[in-house]
Amino acid sequence: MADVKFSKVTKKFNENLILNGVDAEIRDHEFVVIVGPSGCGKTTLLRMLAGLEEITDGEIHIDNVLVNNMHPSKRQIAMVFQDYALYPHMTVEENMSFALRLRKAPKAEIKERVTEAANILQLTTLLKRMPKQLSGGQRQRVAIGRAIVRKPKVFLFDEPLSNLDAKLREEMRVEIAKLYQRLNATIIYVTHDQVEAMTLAGRIMVMNHGIIQQVGTPIEVYRKPVNLFVAGFIGSPTMNFIRGKLKVEGDKLYLKNDDISLYIPSFLLSKTAEHDGREVVVGVRPDDVLVGGAAREKCSEKLDGMLEVSELLGHRENLYIKVGDTRVLATVEAFFNQSPGSKVAVCFNYENMHVFDKATTQRING
Amino acid sequence: MNKEAAAYRRKKFLKYLLIHAAIISFVVICVYPLLRILSVSIRPGDKLFSTDLALLPKGADFAAYVRLLKETLFLRWLWNSLLITVTTSFIGVSLASTAAYAFSRFKFGGKKGGLILLLSTQMIPAGMLILPLFLMIMKLGLMNTYLGIIIAYSVSSLPFSIWILKGYYDTIPRSLEEAALVDGTSQLGAFYRVILPLSTPALSIAFLFNFTTAWNEYLVARVVLFSSKQYTWTLGLFELQGQYITQWGMFAAGSMLVTIPVLAVFLYSSKWLISGLTLGSVKG
Repeated sequence: MADVKFSKVTKKFNENLILNGVDAEIRDHEFVVIVGPSGCGKTTLLRMLAGLEEITDGEIHIDNVLVNNMHPSKRQIAMVFQDYALYPHMTVEENMSFALRLRKAPKAEIKERVTEAANILQLTTLLKRMPKQLSGGQRQRVAIGRAIVRKPKVFLFDEPLSNLDAKLREEMRVEIAKLYQRLNATIIYVTHDQVEAMTLAGRIMVMNHGIIQQVGTPIEVYRKPVNLFVAGFIGSPTMNFIRGKLKVEGDKLYLKNDDISLYIPSFLLSKTAEHDGREVVVGVRPDDVLVGGAAREKCSEKLDGMLEVSELLGHRENLYIKVGDTRVLATVEAFFNQSPGSKVAVCFNYENMHVFDKATTQRING
Repeated sequence: MNKEAAAYRRKKFLKYLLIHAAIISFVVICVYPLLRILSVSIRPGDKLFSTDLALLPKGADFAAYVRLLKETLFLRWLWNSLLITVTTSFIGVSLASTAAYAFSRFKFGGKKGGLILLLSTQMIPAGMLILPLFLMIMKLGLMNTYLGIIIAYSVSSLPFSIWILKGYYDTIPRSLEEAALVDGTSQLGAFYRVILPLSTPALSIAFLFNFTTAWNEYLVARVVLFSSKQYTWTLGLFELQGQYITQWGMFAAGSMLVTIPVLAVFLYSSKWLISGLTLGSVKG
């Protein structure tokens, strides 16, 4: 296994800047998930690491070896592709042993490694089948098996579950997590699905517009997003954003807009006077919005809202509430039992509130 | 309801009948001339025309076949044709498969222009190329040689083969080659180990096209080859056509015999012409 280092990595397609000086370090045995919206450059970064895409500028090191101009096969990486990329004219066994056969590994070793990988991935009975005779999930397992057999220094996964249906995706997610525990390998995993990122990653690397926005553990990224983009991208349902101006009244700080006057406690933003007049965006996750009885019990300062729509999800319920012209989404325990149009009290869990500067979009509370 | 169902069945049957009638008439149009040639080849004497409409003439024999094989260089012509055609087809497909791969996968200046240029050569009538081909082959000192005719045939089929193969390669996902590159092949290795085995339907079509074009070619052969021993069967058969007399029996017998290799190649390659070879490689 090995660590991976990106130093000022830049990629341009003609005049389009895809990656803008990416600096990142992935430690040995680490499971890093690169997450971001379509077109953010995450797959390009992975393909550059694999040697499938040329590097415009910067350096990539695998195990302290500069690999910028190294052929993909010499980088000691294995890649699982989004569309599986199984060789259709070879059986499962031939697919899995292809790299070893190319390396002219001894037959006994090839057999041993293929059998071992097939056992891990429950492919033993499918070894003689052709890829077209397999289901989507089985094909994905073969693609992973092909990577395992090679015992690479780094595993690269390029959105490996995006072509599977929701149930299978969940199953395979667990399989990959189990596989990581078993192999304890360095894994770099690209996805646009933040649930995959949150559940699988040791560290998450959030990307947008070719720039790394934040790197941290899933809980760090979720609890302390460094900017508005990360706050909006991580977490489902999406965080509520309330825009307004900070205003000092007496010794208290308030967020004010046409609809809302929201008290901002001093533990959230100290040095109250400094913030007077500053344009900000306050972020609150739907789980941290208290509604009705809960709001009345736990908050001293409440807002008046009107329930627009409620969506029952099973054990939870999404409530879309209008506070003036601002819409707030709250996720509460089922069943809320209020009909649309009814008035409800709303307040926020201050401890998990996020304040971002409107101009710079950066987080300003601790 | 029953009436409607019966009307629907009648309509379906009528449609079925019409389609089959059309297909059968086309088959007859295609097969009848062949049967007439067969009939001429086994008709006693060198008669092309006969008042007898029977496909199996009275006193039918294989004398024309025996005479063709014994009295002419027919087997030699057939061998020449086979040698030239098979070599042409292999060279043509080999050149086209690699050229098409470059057109399909790499970015280079003049790629689009090159493809259009290749296509435009197909719009020039073959007759117009006779003179430049003659001059080139003469200057190369390859007149009356197999090599001369093989070069002429191989290059004339290239544009079509390149287009066919490029179109097919374009449908093969790039991720397959990328997986092969990561697994340890070179670019050429990925082509040889992954792309080529998956392209057998298109390679078969290109091979068949090269084969039939070269097998049936007359004009270029007429210009390049001039000794009877070097003739292909197309030239050889025309030897049987004299100013005052044409040996129609032998001509027809020869025509029947030359269909056998083409038929064999078509039947053999049909098993490669299966579609859906890439099924199961990627998502879906």
